[in-house]
Amino acid sequence: MDGLILLLPLMIPLAAAALTAMLWRSVRAQRAVGVAAAVALLVAAVTLLVRVLDGGVVASQMGDWRAPFGITFVADRFAAIMVVIAATMALATTVYGLAHDALDRERAGFHPLFHGLILGVIGSFLTGDLFNLYVWFEVMLIASFGLLILGGSREQIDGALKYAVLNLVGTTVFLIGVGFLYGITGTLNMADLAGKVPLAENRGLVSATAVMLLAAFGLKAAVFPLFFWLPASYHTAPPPVAAIFAALLTKVGVYAMIRVFTLVYGGAAEWVGPVVAVLAALTMLTGVLGAAAHYDIRRILAFHIISQIGFMLLGLAVWTPLALGGAVLYIVHHIVVKANLFLIAGAIERAGGSYQLKDLGGLSRSQPLLAVLFLIPALSLAGIPPLSGFWGKLTVIRAGLEQGHAWLAGVALLVGLLTLYSMIKIWNYAFWKEPPEGAPAVSGLTGRTRLLMLAPITALAAVTLTISLWAEPFVAVSLEAAAELLSPTAYIAAVLGSPAPGPTVLGALP
Amino acid sequence: MEPLLAIAFGVILAASAYLILSRNVLRMVLGLILLGNAANLSIFLSGRLVGPTPPIVAAGIDALVAGAANPLPQALILTAIVIGFAFVSFVLVLVHRAYGALGTLDTEAMREAEPAHEPPQPTPVTSPAPRKEAA
Repeated sequence: MDGLILLLPLMIPLAAAALTAMLWRSVRAQRAVGVAAAVALLVAAVTLLVRVLDGGVVASQMGDWRAPFGITFVADRFAAIMVVIAATMALATTVYGLAHDALDRERAGFHPLFHGLILGVIGSFLTGDLFNLYVWFEVMLIASFGLLILGGSREQIDGALKYAVLNLVGTTVFLIGVGFLYGITGTLNMADLAGKVPLAENRGLVSATAVMLLAAFGLKAAVFPLFFWLPASYHTAPPPVAAIFAALLTKVGVYAMIRVFTLVYGGAAEWVGPVVAVLAALTMLTGVLGAAAHYDIRRILAFHIISQIGFMLLGLAVWTPLALGGAVLYIVHHIVVKANLFLIAGAIERAGGSYQLKDLGGLSRSQPLLAVLFLIPALSLAGIPPLSGFWGKLTVIRAGLEQGHAWLAGVALLVGLLTLYSMIKIWNYAFWKEPPEGAPAVSGLTGRTRLLMLAPITALAAVTLTISLWAEPFVAVSLEAAAELLSPTAYIAAVLGSPAPGPTVLGALP
Repeated sequence: MEPLLAIAFGVILAASAYLILSRNVLRMVLGLILLGNAANLSIFLSGRLVGPTPPIVAAGIDALVAGAANPLPQALILTAIVIGFAFVSFVLVLVHRAYGALGTLDTEAMREAEPAHEPPQPTPVTSPAPRKEAA
């Protein structure tokens, strides 16, 4: 039963991808399957989270091969939280996508690719095997390539080429690191690695693999100085695709980084903390300064993803339960808020006819509801109390100060201020100022489109407000997740310690 | 044999790094192919070169015979080759499309998504927009 609960969040997007591919000719049927699958996925994900919160770590061995030999899937609190939040984003963007009456895009395979992407993301969260993580990364990557070039404009092809090449270099470096780690320890199971990496004699080689994995996950997460693919490509994708990319892809890199450096390397690579601290500070600053220089809403938001990744890395840099708990809370907050801002950018484009701030204006009067809905995630992103970003930043910064990283806390606060600057910039130009001369008077945000676009935006804003005003349980679960990450005995016991059946011995053929 | 393969791994990695740093997209793709091969070679090497005997457990025996090859790296490399093949095919088609759409293979000249000259900045908002008095 536990195995089913653990694997349903994988089976649902897999089935949906296959089914929508079979229903290639009927876009209507694909949409119906897509919505049904997204709802089912959210139910399955919440079931998994409830099971993990009640009964601890869940693990399942594929094909009943005992743990270090077969492929393991495992969910602890952190993984289950990420699965729930990914499922929420999948549902929100699926509904939002219905409003984007881009039939040519849907005919070109939007739905199978979208579910393939979700499959890759959730697989990365649930796998307990390092090589399997590489495979899920590739599943996610190939789906994201497809989604990025749907439509095939010149801009998209240019962005996709840079995205593809840099990400392929990243995953190949990851693969080399995995190969080396296997060479040192003879295992690929992460729980098994946790026991064997500290015993390895060649410490230099262990550090070398740690550097390779740090670089590979850093590239995935758009960490300074490996972030160039992100601002080159994200703004070229259509709004639902950009929203799901912004919500999930970089966060898979952060997740893998936290998972590998807490579980596999544990305390075995002490240099990681200070290195990640410097990287986090530079990532925050570059992202926020890049955003300040731009006047296209999507490009501003894309640069802010980079800056926020720095906050999540602070948890890894400071390395205390409070800091990691803050990082987990920050990831949850950030995914909801950032996806919502990209969805709102799409709605702004629909209402005002452009993504360029110079062509927009007057939306606070023509779209008052959209204006309010923009302010919730925007102010939350900047960390204005009592919104959700404030709680995440408070936790992370307080943990930093407790450990004497005053300069890191200072950088984080400065970045918060500059984030507010960018959000106010969008507010002033798009919502507050008069519409420019000759702007299209007709708004495309009406009727059914308006409903389908604003419903997921409102729902995500409600999630943000819930985390904001009822923060206590979210903070508590994040801290529990962090405690589990820092002392992964339960995780290791769930994967390796369960009384496994002996290997099946095949008899001789008659 | 191991030192020889290790040196080959290093040489291939260096060549791929050189090619990937090129401004020509086609050379970058060749670099990616080499990088994938280097990764496969490193996995093969990590599994130790034990012997040429196929890793098949014969009937009536419980374990592999001594000197049998390590089957795990072969399974990993096979997976990686298939994935790498798919990606290289995709990127090649993408490069072909990019050449058709953008008319160049020089990465410096590919500025569609990030134009060298940004659109002009909007006029600064100095004060809240004045409310238009209702007539």
